[in-house]
Amino acid sequence: MTAVAPAAAVAAPPVGRPLTILLRRAWRAVRTKVGVVLVVLVVALAVIGPFFAPHSPTEFAGIPYSHASSALPLGADNLGRDVLSRFLWGGRSVLGLALLATALGLAIGVSIGLVAAYSRSILDDVLMRAMDVILAFPSIVLALVAVATVGPKLWLLVLVVGFTTAPRVARVTRGASLEIVERDFVQAAEALGESRTRILFGEILPSITSPLMVEASLRLTYSIGLIAGLSFLGFGVQPPSADWGLMINENRQGLTIQPWGAVMPVIAIAVLTIGTSLIGDGLSRAAIGLERGGGER
Amino acid sequence: MSTAIRFVRRGISGFVLRRVLLGLLTLLLVSVIVFAATQALPSDPARAILGRTATPESLAALRKQLNLTGSIPGQYAHWLRGFVTGDFGNSLAARGEPVTQVLGKRLENSAFLVLIAGAVSIPLSILLGVLAARRRDGPFDHTSSVLMLALAALPEFVVGIALVVLFGTTVFHWLPAVSLIPPEDTPFQHLKALILPVATLVLAVSPYIARIMRASMVEVLESDFVEMARLKGMPERHVLWRHAVPNAVAPAIQVIALNLAYLAGGIVVVEFVFGYPGIGSALVDAVANRDLPVVQALAILIAGVYVALNLMADVATILVSPRLRTSLR
Repeated sequence: MTAVAPAAAVAAPPVGRPLTILLRRAWRAVRTKVGVVLVVLVVALAVIGPFFAPHSPTEFAGIPYSHASSALPLGADNLGRDVLSRFLWGGRSVLGLALLATALGLAIGVSIGLVAAYSRSILDDVLMRAMDVILAFPSIVLALVAVATVGPKLWLLVLVVGFTTAPRVARVTRGASLEIVERDFVQAAEALGESRTRILFGEILPSITSPLMVEASLRLTYSIGLIAGLSFLGFGVQPPSADWGLMINENRQGLTIQPWGAVMPVIAIAVLTIGTSLIGDGLSRAAIGLERGGGER
Repeated sequence: MSTAIRFVRRGISGFVLRRVLLGLLTLLLVSVIVFAATQALPSDPARAILGRTATPESLAALRKQLNLTGSIPGQYAHWLRGFVTGDFGNSLAARGEPVTQVLGKRLENSAFLVLIAGAVSIPLSILLGVLAARRRDGPFDHTSSVLMLALAALPEFVVGIALVVLFGTTVFHWLPAVSLIPPEDTPFQHLKALILPVATLVLAVSPYIARIMRASMVEVLESDFVEMARLKGMPERHVLWRHAVPNAVAPAIQVIALNLAYLAGGIVVVEFVFGYPGIGSALVDAVANRDLPVVQALAILIAGVYVALNLMADVATILVSPRLRTSLR
């Protein structure tokens, strides 16, 4: 890994290598490490947390809005359920839905971006203008129109957040691929008679992993905010499920009496989004550095 | 698409005209999407208004009145015609009042909120960006860069609730936690209630503007004419604010307009957090009640503001950057 010959990189774009270089460079920055630590903390809390919950997240455990005690370490929520238990249970839905939505948005966006960049025809214009139309709505408004029509369903949240993520991913993918589609190895693949799908996903996609990694971390940050925000508005995860966004909504009326029910999820979401955006920043700085300096220096 | 409207003459006015046409086309497509999305609904608006006990005759009469009969393209055309002429239909929830009447006052309130947020955040973030760029890689630059990154990552409702906890309910009790404004008052009479929602919006958009301003300033400060001004012996403050900043603002205009457009969407959550009577909380209520005429009107309205600000950003960028201006001739 000490010296990467640029000639070799051009002749056959290695699948793993540019990504390894990017990750290694990004890891050197302190902010990336801090970001990884924060994200790992919250993910661990969401995944392992439920095993340590002292109560069921939906059972009545004390007087509504009662203060912290030895039985209820963070007090009770608006309906007298244990705040700690609900907090420990409430991360899975936020993380799971946001990851699904981001994955969907990446899949759609990358496909559209690649097809647009490779088409060299009117299709490129049509696809990108279609993306512009989706971008003409603030994402939350598009999500609300969908919820008003269909109702608050979790699959709808994933679908609509993925759908609003896709145009931005498509733009980045297309921008990065435009130059790649002109390269020799793509023409070589065409001459060999490889299928369009293989050229798009086997030849072009591996060459644009760096910008896509940066974009993916940005989109994840934004999906977490949007998903948790929709649950906060009451259109996402429905009661009596435990969910951080929903918890904030349920307990904000009692902030003056018993703040923990809203404050704990606020802190968790804040730590999570700051973590993912620090990682994203580390990656994007590394990617810019790679573009300017080239290779591993 | 660009070929279709290439007949429009060249030059700046041609560019603006083409851009406006493209914006109108986008809005038309937006209206189709909103209409199509709300057509997919399984529920019957007439039944939603009249309730389960309605007779078939009254349902049919109301359907006719609501323009729910006839072909779907016909309904769309009728709806769009009403929309263009300012008739947004009747609300399903508010006892069938016209949408314009339900929203009129709220629209003013929201505009007021967004304008104040813009008036505070734009100068503030330009100042922050300039200060960070002036001592590049200095302690202020590093601190503000990390702080801005963190702030930009936070969802608005998280910032809003955090501010409420800090200044409204729990830590300090300085400011009202909710911004309820009685319908007969203007927000102007309740400025104290506006502080937290405005602060939330400012914290949501400033990081982006400050960041682009810093990047743009760094580039300008390295250019020859700034060097020249310094060598002439011009005081540094003069160099900074008279020469560097005006040139650095041009690339930032687009981001500023984009963020003002973002405010149009950001108010949805922020107004809900603070119970502020604007179009954002109206949209949330309308979605909860499945009051589709109001949802349609607001979705198109917000998208319209969004498209218009993007358009202004493009035009302003062309007008303030001499190189782009001449390339269009």
